[in-house]
Amino acid sequence: MTELTRLDAAELGRRIASREVSSREVTAACFDRIEAVDGAVRAFLTTDRERALQAADAIDTRIAAGEKLGPLAGVPIAVKDLLCYQGLPTTASSRILEGWMPPYNSTVVERLLDAGLVILGKTNLDEFALGSSTETSAFGPTHNPWALDRIPGGSGGGSAAALASFEAPLAIGTDTGGSIRQPAAVTGTVGVKPTYGAVSRYGIIAVASSLDQAGPCARNVYDTALLHDVIVGRDPRDGTSVELSGTQAVGVADMARRADVKGLRIGVVKELGGEGYQPGVEQRFREAVQVLVQAGAEVVEVSCPHFVHSLATYYLIMPAEVSSNLSRYDGMRYGLRKGGPDATTEQVMRASRGAGFGAEAKRRIILGTYALSAGYYDAYYGSAQKMRTLIARDFAVAYEVCDVLVSPTTPTTAFKLGEKVDDPLAMYMSDLCTIPVNLAGIAAGSVPCGLSPDDGLPVGFQIIAPALQDARVYQVAAALEAALDTQRGHPLLDDAPALGEAR
Amino acid sequence: MMNDLMDFDEVLARFEPVIGLEVHVELSTASKMWCGCSTTAGAEPNTHVCPVCLGLPGSLPVVNQSAIEAAIRIGLMLNCSIASWCRFARKNYFYPDMTKDYQISQYDEPIAFDGTVTIDVGGEPFTVPIERAHMEEDAGKLTHIGGSGRIQDADYSLADYNRAGVPLIEIVTKPVTGAGARAPEVARAYMEFLRDAVKALGVSDARLERGNMRCDVNVSLMPIGSEVLGTRSETKNVNSLRTVEESVRYEMRRQGAILAAGGRVKQETRHWNEAGYTTPGRSKEEAEDYRYFPEPDLVPVAPDAAWVEQLRESLPENPVSRRSRLRAAWGLADREFDDVVGVDGALDLIDATVAAGASPAGARKWWMGELARRANEQGCGLDELTITPKQVAEIQDLVETGALTDRLAREVFDGVLGGEGTPAQVIEARGLAVVSDDGALAEAVQAVLAANPDIVAKIRDGKTAAAGALIGQVMGRLQGKADAARVRELIMEACA
Amino acid sequence: MGLTRDDVARLADLARIELTPDELAHLAPQIDVIVEAVAGVAEVKDDDIPPLAHPLGVVNVRRADQALPTDWQALRPVLEQDAPAWQDDRFRVPRILEEEE
Repeated sequence: MTELTRLDAAELGRRIASREVSSREVTAACFDRIEAVDGAVRAFLTTDRERALQAADAIDTRIAAGEKLGPLAGVPIAVKDLLCYQGLPTTASSRILEGWMPPYNSTVVERLLDAGLVILGKTNLDEFALGSSTETSAFGPTHNPWALDRIPGGSGGGSAAALASFEAPLAIGTDTGGSIRQPAAVTGTVGVKPTYGAVSRYGIIAVASSLDQAGPCARNVYDTALLHDVIVGRDPRDGTSVELSGTQAVGVADMARRADVKGLRIGVVKELGGEGYQPGVEQRFREAVQVLVQAGAEVVEVSCPHFVHSLATYYLIMPAEVSSNLSRYDGMRYGLRKGGPDATTEQVMRASRGAGFGAEAKRRIILGTYALSAGYYDAYYGSAQKMRTLIARDFAVAYEVCDVLVSPTTPTTAFKLGEKVDDPLAMYMSDLCTIPVNLAGIAAGSVPCGLSPDDGLPVGFQIIAPALQDARVYQVAAALEAALDTQRGHPLLDDAPALGEAR
Repeated sequence: MMNDLMDFDEVLARFEPVIGLEVHVELSTASKMWCGCSTTAGAEPNTHVCPVCLGLPGSLPVVNQSAIEAAIRIGLMLNCSIASWCRFARKNYFYPDMTKDYQISQYDEPIAFDGTVTIDVGGEPFTVPIERAHMEEDAGKLTHIGGSGRIQDADYSLADYNRAGVPLIEIVTKPVTGAGARAPEVARAYMEFLRDAVKALGVSDARLERGNMRCDVNVSLMPIGSEVLGTRSETKNVNSLRTVEESVRYEMRRQGAILAAGGRVKQETRHWNEAGYTTPGRSKEEAEDYRYFPEPDLVPVAPDAAWVEQLRESLPENPVSRRSRLRAAWGLADREFDDVVGVDGALDLIDATVAAGASPAGARKWWMGELARRANEQGCGLDELTITPKQVAEIQDLVETGALTDRLAREVFDGVLGGEGTPAQVIEARGLAVVSDDGALAEAVQAVLAANPDIVAKIRDGKTAAAGALIGQVMGRLQGKADAARVRELIMEACA
Repeated sequence: MGLTRDDVARLADLARIELTPDELAHLAPQIDVIVEAVAGVAEVKDDDIPPLAHPLGVVNVRRADQALPTDWQALRPVLEQDAPAWQDDRFRVPRILEEEE
């Protein structure tokens, strides 16, 4: 049974479709694995065994009846607990939403169900996706399967850890400043943030509306691409979502399968490296670039001068939008209500929000309230929006001389749990390389490029493509993955320590 | 809560009033501003709701096309410039009637701005400068339970979000100066103009008494000769034409008394009390910090210039020019015409009745008399009566040709309003046609004369008033279906 | 110019978040440090740079004005179950001190 959980999603889909194995067997194997290892990893907040097995049976029945389903039909998936899924609580890992039962499904969940995927449960995250380590989760942190005393990245640490610990072959993440890519990097998995608007945000709890984007996570590039093709597409219920065009409309999986970078121009961003970057991370990054060169790519160095302002820009825009998006959690209509029997609405709101939000949510709400407050708007939020334009222009200029940009995904490998939890600025540095992508609304993904020689932990390689050219991320990631796997003789995750299954 | 008031004339002798009006117009779109929920009022609580208008986590707004079009058409009617690119903004404040704890509105990029309208104030034109018209959403409805049922002493409140997300257009004037003594009437006439304009555009039911239009009235006084605007009060939710006028007058007199006594006017919101005075509400000395910022869930609105031109060309007639055209064409007395203008919907209904062939005087008589009375009894608007202008014209035609008396006509109205069918069907079914056959009339007259020789004698002695008793008897024999004037004529002829 | 503890207390109040004195003492300096770190962006004063609205420049996304049947019968029990207090088909909220907008 263990073997099933180590198979990739494409292979599982193929075997389920050909009835070599049933979706029920695969699903049950995932739950067995979760039961065995999640006590140590803590990737899941809730699991949904009964309904998942029913859904698996339904897929098996349809396949038995000769129905032709998509490539991922019957394959289990873990969903970040920021997406509404009827029948299970959606909490955003916050006390203020503990036990909240959404009366509707997010569009992404609908698309997963339509494609026949089997939802195993909801994965842990930083509270309201505010964090880079899952440590701000009100329900405790997730542990990195590579080293249980280390962070799995964040905010989507639960989804990434579920993949790396072979609890699930696929997962959904969301990425506001790096929450898909940074966890992928530190857990040796793959994650892609699609172009802003490619995936509907409807039914996904809003963090920072102009930056949020859901995306696919998996253990290899091709699986990630298959999942990408399931969830993308314009949604009339999300006015910011966009029509797909070009290769993305045909599907990115084709590009991932081709894995060809011959003649592709790869730009190394000068500003995303150097001081503050772990030497082992930079070493693996440089080696990966060389691997791509050997595979036929051309390398150019590009400069994006405004990237030095991206962290500051992000930490004005993101908290501002967070402060407004999180206003609705006021104890009036759902969620936590605190305050004595004689308390007024005003007192109940203050008490509920005071008790319901953790420290990081409070920091960002207060910071955002400040950035938007009268007299500071122009200086802070207004200037930050202009800086966003300048950062987007830096990308545009860079893409005049190259087809994709590359960088380390994150400056360091997984740090120790607790190490930065009370040092917000240090924590924020984790997203230094991923943030510019969200600010410009373009596509990027992280693919493993080996283990850092200084600590033996996974290093992520970030590929950044122009808007709607998401396929290029897969093209380069697949080429790199193929070359490195060949070099190594096996996928990187095979090197992850075995988790004590029997316990 | 009575305030000291200065005599109105004295206020004018010492101060120049400056008014400003902020009017919220509720649009009559089929669906809400951001979601497909119905906007129909009067439904059971929390039945016209969905994740979007309930502001549930993860939900997103998508703009209603008709609301954008209505906003642009209103802007054009107010001679505003239409923004070529504008955004929605979030107005952040915590209140339990707002499901998201922010209102989606527009801030520094309104869809329409810088307009003017020339209104008719007692027959004189007056120009009101328009600052902006912008789109926003309505809030839910709170019902306060316990105590007196008012917010101040309630035990708790109940929230119904059927109205949450209904589209609103907020129209804001620039400070209106130079109205002097006419300031109260200007406020009223402006409100009247807006009501007629949005009705002509067909974008709102524009019923003030139902809150389809809500007006906040700003008033300040400037000492004569000064150019510095005084501190203003803002009277909230003034919801009838009469009270718009009264509240301006009241605030002028209240502020005049304060200033004359050497006091200063507080910047505050005030509430209009139906008994005819305002009471203080929240102090606005410390400005609310709404933390406006562009709504990131909605993309910018960039109306195509050609489309705007097309909307401009299809605008209905301006209510002011329409009114002066009808005033001249109908030939009613000024007072009669003004009364028509003062009743919601009456102008349109009379216009339609005249178009269907009735005389203006006849049409006015029914709509402003009998039908207004019935609407009043039923507690509905004139245009909600189940009778069409064409049917009123038909009935009036029968009256003018003598086929119906006024009394019979009222019975026909009864039948039509009671759902008995068309006027012709009601007349047929109830047997209401006037006995116009002189033979039958003469027969009845002869019978009555023969039965009342004493009265006949009196009439012949010149006591013609006695004829009334005979007319009554003739009408009785004919069950009222006769023209009383004709009966009188026949009696007088017979007694001559 | 930094953010004082009083400033943070005022902002928390504006954001309707009750902070204990200990929390305030802990959070205020952290927020001040972050503000200092982000203040540099305020130096972009170029008025010719437009703000970024939608990364792809999308405008005019609208829906047709169509009233869709709401499935409130299905929604209602969930709303009621999720609500901290529910009475007479409505959300029950504590007494309100401040006036309406």
